[in-house]
Amino acid sequence: MQDNQIVLSLEGITKRFGALMANDQLDLTLRSGEILALLGENGAGKTTLMNILFGHYVQDEGVVRVAGKVLPPGSPGAALAAGVGMVHQHFALAENLTGFDNIRLGTEPLMRLGSSRAAARRKVEQIMGESGLEVDLDRRVAALTVGEKQRVEILKALYRNVRVLILDEPTAVLTPQEAEGLFAVLRRLAANGLGVIFISHKLGEVLAVSHRILVLRGGRKAGELVTAQADRRAIADLMVGKSVAELKRTAPEPGKTLVEFRDVSLMRGVARAPLVHANFTLRAGEIVGVAGVSGNGQAAIAALLSGLALPSSGQVLLDGAPVTSADPRALVTAGVARMPEDRQHDGVVGTMSVADNIAIEEVRRRPFARMGFLNRKAMRQRALDAIAAYDIRCPGPDAEARLLSGGNVQKLILARVLEREPKIILANQPTRGLDVGAQAEVHRRIIAARDRGAAVLVISEDLDELFALADRFLVVHAGEVTDAGPSTALDRSTVGLLMAGHINTAAPAIPA
Amino acid sequence: MSFRLEPRADASLALKLTVSLAAGLAALLLVALPVLLAGGNPLNAYALIIQGAFGSMFAFSETLNRATPLILTGLAAAVAFRARLWNIGAEGQLYIGALAAIMVGSGLLAMPPALLIPTVMIAGFLAGGMMMVIPAILKQRFGADEVVITLLLNFVVILLVQMLIEGPLKDPLSMGWPQSVPLLAEARFDKLVPRLRMHWGLVVGLVAAVLLWLMVRKTVLGFEIKAVGENHAAARFAGIPVNATMLKVALLSGGLAGLAGVGEVAGVKGYLSSDLSPGFGYTGIVVAMLAGLSPIGTVFAALFVAAVFVGADSMSRATGISNYLADLVVALSLLCVLVGSFFVRFRVHHEPDAALARRR
Amino acid sequence: MDVLFDIFGSANFWAAAVRIATPLIFGVLGALLCERAGVLNLGIEGIFVAGAMAGWIAVWLGAGLWGGVLVAALAGAVFGLLHAMLTVILGLSQHVSGIGITLLATSLSYFTYRTALPSVTSPPRITPFQPIAIPGLSDLPLIGPALFAQTPLTWLAFALVAVIALLLYRTPLGLAIRAVGDNPAAVEAQGLSVQGLRIGAVVAGSALMALGGAFLTLSAFDAFFFGMVNGRGWICIALVVFASWQPGKALLGALLFGAFDAFQIRLQAEIGQVVPGQVFLMLPYLLSILALVLVARRADYPRALLQPWFKGQRH
Repeated sequence: MQDNQIVLSLEGITKRFGALMANDQLDLTLRSGEILALLGENGAGKTTLMNILFGHYVQDEGVVRVAGKVLPPGSPGAALAAGVGMVHQHFALAENLTGFDNIRLGTEPLMRLGSSRAAARRKVEQIMGESGLEVDLDRRVAALTVGEKQRVEILKALYRNVRVLILDEPTAVLTPQEAEGLFAVLRRLAANGLGVIFISHKLGEVLAVSHRILVLRGGRKAGELVTAQADRRAIADLMVGKSVAELKRTAPEPGKTLVEFRDVSLMRGVARAPLVHANFTLRAGEIVGVAGVSGNGQAAIAALLSGLALPSSGQVLLDGAPVTSADPRALVTAGVARMPEDRQHDGVVGTMSVADNIAIEEVRRRPFARMGFLNRKAMRQRALDAIAAYDIRCPGPDAEARLLSGGNVQKLILARVLEREPKIILANQPTRGLDVGAQAEVHRRIIAARDRGAAVLVISEDLDELFALADRFLVVHAGEVTDAGPSTALDRSTVGLLMAGHINTAAPAIPA
Repeated sequence: MSFRLEPRADASLALKLTVSLAAGLAALLLVALPVLLAGGNPLNAYALIIQGAFGSMFAFSETLNRATPLILTGLAAAVAFRARLWNIGAEGQLYIGALAAIMVGSGLLAMPPALLIPTVMIAGFLAGGMMMVIPAILKQRFGADEVVITLLLNFVVILLVQMLIEGPLKDPLSMGWPQSVPLLAEARFDKLVPRLRMHWGLVVGLVAAVLLWLMVRKTVLGFEIKAVGENHAAARFAGIPVNATMLKVALLSGGLAGLAGVGEVAGVKGYLSSDLSPGFGYTGIVVAMLAGLSPIGTVFAALFVAAVFVGADSMSRATGISNYLADLVVALSLLCVLVGSFFVRFRVHHEPDAALARRR
Repeated sequence: MDVLFDIFGSANFWAAAVRIATPLIFGVLGALLCERAGVLNLGIEGIFVAGAMAGWIAVWLGAGLWGGVLVAALAGAVFGLLHAMLTVILGLSQHVSGIGITLLATSLSYFTYRTALPSVTSPPRITPFQPIAIPGLSDLPLIGPALFAQTPLTWLAFALVAVIALLLYRTPLGLAIRAVGDNPAAVEAQGLSVQGLRIGAVVAGSALMALGGAFLTLSAFDAFFFGMVNGRGWICIALVVFASWQPGKALLGALLFGAFDAFQIRLQAEIGQVVPGQVFLMLPYLLSILALVLVARRADYPRALLQPWFKGQRH
């Protein structure tokens, strides 16, 4: 394998979605043996660019060359044949098949009668040995952990002898330690001559793993630099375009206990992962962050505080009173503001209007309803006020919610829940997928609510966000909740170890 | 492929109306082929269908008479489909409604008409409603698909009706013909116009359409049904009782189909037999789809479909072409309106494959 | 008890059970193939009618019996293609399209039949497939007549169970079909055509369904009647769930159903004076509902069933 050979080049790629310029004249080259990081905020155009490269989208302009040859646009099959493999943010795995079958899928001519499993098996096992990607090949994918699924995805690409491997936000679902393991695999693969494109919006891991960094902003190239010579501050400014004001946050002044989880377990039902014997409190005037790898009990906590489930044992107390029925309306009445994890799916009814979606939690009550009839005028007025106060960008109160961007949907939900001056706020992944501006706005609102005296629980997979917001940390692992103490006494690696289940090291870890 | 689909931000009422009309017309045009194959002249056949449906006061009355149950089964399908509850059992619900009407109104209760007619209607509504509530509960409790269950229940109900009209409800004066004891005269719907068959059931259908329109547009229930139907996860999260709302929809949907059965017994036949409905329940699905699930539109769609059936009967008598042509028009209308709905949802763009050529 | 012993002890009963099961085997296999690829095909009831009519009329017009079978399969494939165009290419509601296909296939069959035979009171007959007794094996007690003295279409149904099972579990194509019904994104990411696989599965599955119809007119009976399909298609849709989308269990489900139906017919003959006949006729439908309710919770639905897929869509 000859080093420094250009394996991939993108030239002048442009892609529009309606009025949005997702990619604007982007160029990129990748050499074999190189790890190139594609860095940028959400919405900077990273994923679009890679979807064009992999043939999911057709570019409006520009060409993709793999090893000098032009790749026909819009064909994942051609991209695969040319040696481009992609590991998507959302895994593209058939869960009813084994890992092995997922790897084999589409690698043999469809019309062949038998299939050569034994040879395929030998090849996969050889790749596993060389790359250090260990996984149980004969288990159904549905039964694999997120980390294992990711390994199957990488094996899928390697099995096809790819020359270029693209990974889209691969660490979003991993603990910091698991991410380290992945980086080691990537370095090993690159050393063997593979070209790797690593897409991320997290500066730290990009600095840790890449050789070269390409920064995107608003669909354009904002800068390109060699990692070894890069300066953290400079890259951050390139990414965001302007210096971001640090969040201003005063010291918390916790008041009385507003939420108490008393030996709460939730075994089945809405949450896939259980919660076992959770004990924690939430006090007025503080923000408590819940850290953890996705699927370790966060969904259960959220379901209990959203009124979607009752504990299988134990009690959830709101302001001293136990929650007795799984009824979201009862929690709304009790003063809980709830922001769902998946705001597009659970937060809004896309085909109903902005006004309807703002009123939906209180539609049975005055002023929105009288004698079972709707008061459309009151709903509209409330929506107009919310649009102005929360800067919701939309054609108007009658526009369907599906037309709103992610950031504006989140503002709509904020307007819906914060207008009641709630005592308790559940913010579940409050800024996932939002751009920097919307992120700052959501954070500002959450901190303002705390300063007003609300008790806030923030569940997030983004440790940076938790460190920016939380006064105190809870860490979940395998359904167990650990109180990690005030955020001022914590650092990333301590939280990371707790997330991975190393309870013993959690004891007063005061950094030197 | 060089076509790109772009979801429409907003589909105007005009567009929806155009699509429905175009679908009906396309279906009529498509049946020209089978008419030709059957040796007929399509233009002549169309003329005869229109004449047969609207050509005289009697013909028009027959069309309205035929439209009456279709309005109600159409509403039954529309209200359920709006909530994404797939009620394909209107046929069975119609029969069970008719059965309830007979059981209550053939002598069991002695009341003056002003009381007996509402009682019979309520009985039919509730019986039809329960026939849909059961599958809805099976879906909620056991996850059993309501489509297959409602379809299968249609067969069960019709067998049940056959069993009863050959057994306990058999009319002793029917000379062996399997039909039920007659409805009391006090329980029967009056004719709207003397000597024409159309009856007060039509008014029931029209009122139901208006009430349903009011419910959809103006009430909290309508709001909640829409939310549950369009995104039940978001509705549940917002605190709308999803299961209870679905049961209300089921009751309403089945009930409307049950009323259609009451109307056929109380307004047309006066007794129950196993040929009471020539598939009004299934045709109601087509009516609702042609109407774009709009309650008011359902009235017009029912009128169109009824006209096709009545007109085709008379066309068939004149030309010898089978009146199954009407079923063909109805089936094709459904498929055409379905294709039309694609163009309501998406704008189709043609994209020349110039991406390769236009480098800078 | 004597009654039960008489019924289960008669070779006739077991032969009837297999005969009743045969069209269901075709139908369940067809529905299974469609659903494994992620497409619900409620056109099945109408496709049964179309297969019955097309196969019969081809033979009546002079084609051989196997010619009739081929014509029936082609008719099914055509309706399958229509369903695939609407649901796979245009991504329209599989429920509504399926109901539409059933209405269309049924009315077109009836219209064609009426047009071909404008005024017959009793339907004309053809000479249907005859049972073939395999020497030796067919003399075995009970299972001999049930398994080894059936018409060729029954043999075909049994053979197809094995073929479909091999296809799904032993070939690259089957792997792709199973994957596309679970997660189309996985299939597209591996460079395969989601649309192509689904269209193929729906067309082939619909052809199988039509064979179920053809069995009715070319083997079980010798003429075409209105209403002869009588919900068999819907029963197949319920049986697929009962069979957890597996060909072997589909065969078992169809046979169990056939045995039950044959049993109720014989029971009716025994105690029909006491219990109205309709009660027995209801039993198959009620049994299907019961089977569906019992297994629905545990059913391992293909995850992408009913989900349309547009090429290059975001996950």
